[in-house]
Amino acid sequence: MNEHMTTADFEPYTTADGRRIGGVMMDLRNITLRFGGVTAIKDISFDIREGEIRAIIGPNGAGKSSMLNVISGFYVPQEGEVWFRGKRRPALRPYQVARLGIARTFQNIALFDGMTVLDNIMTGRLTMMKSGLVSQALWWGPAQREEIEHREKVERIIDFLEIQNLRKTPVGRLPYGLKKRVELARALAAEPSLLLLDEPMAGMNVEEKEDMSRFILDVNDEFGTTIALIEHDMGVVMDLSDRVVVMDYGRKIGDGTPSEVRNNQAVIDAYLGVAHD
Amino acid sequence: MIYREAGDFKTTYQADSQTFPLRLDRLGYYALLAVAFLVIPFVVSDYWATSVLVPFLIYAIAALGLNILVGYGGQVSLGTGGFMAVGAYATYKLTTAFPDVSILVHVIVSGLITALVGMLFGLPSLRIKGFYLAVATLAAQFFLIWLFNKVPWFYNYSASGQITMPERTVLGQIVTGPATPAWVKYIVCLTFAVSLAWLARNLTRGTVGRKWMAIRDMDIAAEIIGVNPLQAKISAFAVSSFFVGIAGSLFFAVYLGAAEVGESFGINKSFLVLFMVIIGGLGSIFGSFAGAAFLVLLPVFLKNVLVGGFGWPTDLAAHIELMIVGALIVFFLIVEPHGLAQLWRLTKEKLRLWPFPH
Amino acid sequence: MEQLLYASEIVVNGLMTGVMYALVALGFVLIYKASGVFNYAQGVMALFAAMTLVGIQQGQVPFAHLINALTGTHVSHFGWNVPAVLAIALTAVVMVLLAIAIQKLVLQHLVGQEPIILFMATIGLAYFLEGLGDVMWGADVKTLDVGLPQGISDAAEALTARLTGYGFFIDRLDIWAAVIATALVAALVAFSQYTKQGRAMRAVADDHQAALSVGISLRFIWIMVWSIAGFVALVAGIMWGTKSGVQFSLSLIALKALPVLMLGGFTSIPGAIVGGLIIGVGEKLFEYFVGPMIGGATETWFAYVLALGFLVFRPQGLFGERIIERV
Repeated sequence: MNEHMTTADFEPYTTADGRRIGGVMMDLRNITLRFGGVTAIKDISFDIREGEIRAIIGPNGAGKSSMLNVISGFYVPQEGEVWFRGKRRPALRPYQVARLGIARTFQNIALFDGMTVLDNIMTGRLTMMKSGLVSQALWWGPAQREEIEHREKVERIIDFLEIQNLRKTPVGRLPYGLKKRVELARALAAEPSLLLLDEPMAGMNVEEKEDMSRFILDVNDEFGTTIALIEHDMGVVMDLSDRVVVMDYGRKIGDGTPSEVRNNQAVIDAYLGVAHD
Repeated sequence: MIYREAGDFKTTYQADSQTFPLRLDRLGYYALLAVAFLVIPFVVSDYWATSVLVPFLIYAIAALGLNILVGYGGQVSLGTGGFMAVGAYATYKLTTAFPDVSILVHVIVSGLITALVGMLFGLPSLRIKGFYLAVATLAAQFFLIWLFNKVPWFYNYSASGQITMPERTVLGQIVTGPATPAWVKYIVCLTFAVSLAWLARNLTRGTVGRKWMAIRDMDIAAEIIGVNPLQAKISAFAVSSFFVGIAGSLFFAVYLGAAEVGESFGINKSFLVLFMVIIGGLGSIFGSFAGAAFLVLLPVFLKNVLVGGFGWPTDLAAHIELMIVGALIVFFLIVEPHGLAQLWRLTKEKLRLWPFPH
Repeated sequence: MEQLLYASEIVVNGLMTGVMYALVALGFVLIYKASGVFNYAQGVMALFAAMTLVGIQQGQVPFAHLINALTGTHVSHFGWNVPAVLAIALTAVVMVLLAIAIQKLVLQHLVGQEPIILFMATIGLAYFLEGLGDVMWGADVKTLDVGLPQGISDAAEALTARLTGYGFFIDRLDIWAAVIATALVAALVAFSQYTKQGRAMRAVADDHQAALSVGISLRFIWIMVWSIAGFVALVAGIMWGTKSGVQFSLSLIALKALPVLMLGGFTSIPGAIVGGLIIGVGEKLFEYFVGPMIGGATETWFAYVLALGFLVFRPQGLFGERIIERV
């Protein structure tokens, strides 16, 4: 048991705005990730609790995206353990991680440009669609029923994110802000228990950021989805998140509620660029 | 204004996801099918049936297969000729070993056998991508041709090394061998082409198709949202090879009647089918037919004009044809990478507004 | 002992063939590094160069066939013979013109397209060039002779006989090919390391955008690279053409450069050479030891299957760099 996990951490509580935060969902223990000689993440531990919005912040190159890639199974760390729902997660392929109910968006939008908005969002439900090759080829009843069943779920997300008019538009033609929204829709379509957002507001104007913040809060509130996000806009992070991890040069330099982190001397130094001694 | 969608409302998701959402398209499609099945067989000349329509339909099946792999799955293959050969030789071996089983069953089983071979040669796609994979599929092409050439078991130890299709009947009607009437060849190929196009359409509009396209568009993201790359790629190879195998089987059994592997299924066949896919339109079922029609008709057209019209020597016409085909490939890739299918879509957009500019 | 010596003779001959493969592969690497284009037409370029060389040397009228068909005349030759050196120089000029045409008509319009689209465009280009070669010079098999020595080398046989007691049969042409190929590689390496254009070429290979931003003309570099590749194709065409006649199969032999590249990695000149040698030796040895058991003529596929098997275990090739995938 790591020292940062005191028993108090496990107790469920209710936030000021009435959301319920449960026990630890994902626990990252002493993660170290290297690429050849470069150490991207050095001995980092932190946890994510059921129902919370957890932010990961830090200057460029701090290793935030690498951390998210470890959680989503894209990178396998050389050292350390990933615990999910009370069990140690073995080294899985990314698609197996997705099947555990972990979905994500990407820093540089990773949509399928050759497909329509609707098809893109439908891909989010692939892990749940079971009909086989032959049944698909013949378009038998079950295949057709399944398609429509999932289409209904997807339509709800389309409504939720207010992109009804774009259903049949090829994604490649959409402007940046809408692409980000479609990407969120695709992740939500998977009905994830843990949603990872890699800079969901990068490159957006104030209005778009407000929209996106509202969606994130709504997702967390309505579906009870646990969210881990990376974001550079400090205002947004402090407003949205329940707890914040601060990274710098691959190390963890702070962890706590927004107000705790704001007053942490190491964090202030990192952000104001005080020389590392 | 002639072509319009206004007033064509959908009230169920099922209606919204059908193949031809517009009524006008649907009617046109049914009319085309009716003409193809009920009119053409009675009016077509032997020359047109055997030299144009039959090869067109068979190449359309092969192009459909390759399009599934390249256009939907994003995996390039230069082994189409080799896989067609698998289909052809499988049919030959099956029908000579089990003469009493219906030839139609043999054709389909040949497709399944080709699917297995395709899966085997598709395995490297997990490790290698893009043109590395394209070159790797050349291994399939050259190895398979060599195999059918050098192992006498495949051609039943015949002295010439050729395979010759024996006469077979379906419902009392001769469907293979030299005595087959032209219209029967046409009907057999048409039936296969239409059914397979329907299968391809079903596969590409549902879960399987989305997996393929996700891998095509961005393989890393696809894996992270839960697509098993092994399953997606191998299934694309399997389905694609199934189609190509059936095309090869029909090419030998119905169209050629006798085949020598290097000549009928060489590397040039691989390129021909690839060109059909590019010119017709990557990722389009209509495009597979359009591309096949285009490249089957082009030589016929050039021959009629250059040799028949201007009296040029045949070899010169053949060389000019090479130049034209090559130039067209480059032209299409530059101007319209989505091929004839996209031109057709644009024409429909125009027609929707015609005669008004906007 | 006899067996061993015979095997080593095969190895030596395999090495010589491998040099030829490497020569064609070199053209691929040059173009790939500078423009990111995987030029399928490289083999047909070698064929085209060889045809043009023979045509110029023998004073053929270009497009004679077409002219005759259009005007009803019967022209075929000008009636003169051009000396080999001049003919080679003229062919080199033709290859430069071809490079300019390819840049202007094809590449310029495909900037920024995906690699696989560019690859397929070069397949189209290969067909076009093959047709063009046939229309210009006729499709008949031609003999090419620019005065390179041919036949079994007596000196090599005598030398090996004295050393090992067994006279190796080595074609003099192969020895020349090895010498010329080595000189060509040395010249290319020197060019890319020590000249201004060479440095610009490497800069473009590294990053198109960055090269543009420091004022390097992409157009010029691409024309230059395709010209050099055309010249390399010419040299390869001369060697292969002298050895086995100028005919369509020459472009198929050039296809073997593809597995060579898969072994060596697409971006490495030493890789192209080592890959060429491995394939040259490998296919000869395989044909000698295994071929008779399984029907022979294994050279048609051995190279591809070897490269395929190899790639599955080391996707980046022998000398290629490992790519860290990012999202």
